[in-house]
Amino acid sequence: MSRLFPFIGFMLLVGLFGFGIWWNTQHDPNAIPTPLLNKPAPAFDLPKLYEPAQTVSKADLLGKPYLLNVFASWCIECGVEHPVLTAEGPTLGVQLIGYNYKDAPDDAKGWLAKHGNPYDLLIADEPGNTAIDFGVYGAPESFLIDAKGVIRYKHIGPLTPEVVAKELKPAIAAMLKETP
Amino acid sequence: MLPGLRRSPLAGDALVPECGIRDTGFAKTKAKASPASGLLRVLLLLVLAFAGLAHAQAIEPMPFKDHAQELRFQHLTRQLRCPMCQNETLADSNAPIARDLRNQIFRMMQQGRSDEQIKQYLVARYSDFVLYDPPLDPRTWLLWFGPLLILLGGAGVVLVAIRRRNRAGSSTEAPADKGPIDNGDDW
Repeated sequence: MSRLFPFIGFMLLVGLFGFGIWWNTQHDPNAIPTPLLNKPAPAFDLPKLYEPAQTVSKADLLGKPYLLNVFASWCIECGVEHPVLTAEGPTLGVQLIGYNYKDAPDDAKGWLAKHGNPYDLLIADEPGNTAIDFGVYGAPESFLIDAKGVIRYKHIGPLTPEVVAKELKPAIAAMLKETP
Repeated sequence: MLPGLRRSPLAGDALVPECGIRDTGFAKTKAKASPASGLLRVLLLLVLAFAGLAHAQAIEPMPFKDHAQELRFQHLTRQLRCPMCQNETLADSNAPIARDLRNQIFRMMQQGRSDEQIKQYLVARYSDFVLYDPPLDPRTWLLWFGPLLILLGGAGVVLVAIRRRNRAGSSTEAPADKGPIDNGDDW
């Protein structure tokens, strides 16, 4: 019997290895869980991309839920996400607000002119300081913020049709049920 | 998760080009700003050649108040993980977010915030992930004490094995001439 112990130990390690592989196919190993989930979104006051003289603050957006989508013209994966936003944006039932992150305004405008503008409103954070308060560390990232200004859902990486159907839309439905 | 679109879990190196991509985005705008002449280029090459000797950290110079503050900054940024290129410290990483966070840490130091306050500021935004030294709380008990448990388990197995072997050894000594038998060496 005890001669089997090394074999059993080996099989345990194989099992652990297999579990590790399985786990990593189900989870994005690089996504950092945000501590801000279900907490009030940080205060911000950022210029509009197309009218930089005007700013938009968190208080201005209270009362209506919105999806804050962090994007940039230099971000390759944002190009992957863009057609999904264009197609799914109008069906979400919430405002789509573009958060232009660490981007030259002219580059951002050129990118939107080329690919189309799926956003209801665009704000720009060229220095990227406000993004630190949101825990943003790259683009794309998306925050679902409810009418009271609470972050209800965050997705790191591009929104794909699967993520929209399986995560974002259920999160929006749950949010609208609670605070219409 | 969609294989292919998002970073594939098995392609661990997918992280590296991504960090690179973000940097080239900024390198492009920088290159536009300063068209280097031939002489400048040679100088730049010389500087780059010697940059390696200067040992990391000096990605961009910061106006520290004194040497002590600079040492404190370096010590602190080495204890913090870059959220983008997750195998690099904030001190070493060249990712744009690491640069922004270094600048933010520098600003907070000038405001007289303590290391602990700065760490809390980052943890509140990026979770415990930014700490290389994870805090001791119920969620990390297994992480902290798991190795000790495994060590104790191993010691238990060794103890049992030694005891069994001793018992087998003493029972073979009594009948003297029986010759060597299986010493219970099951391992």
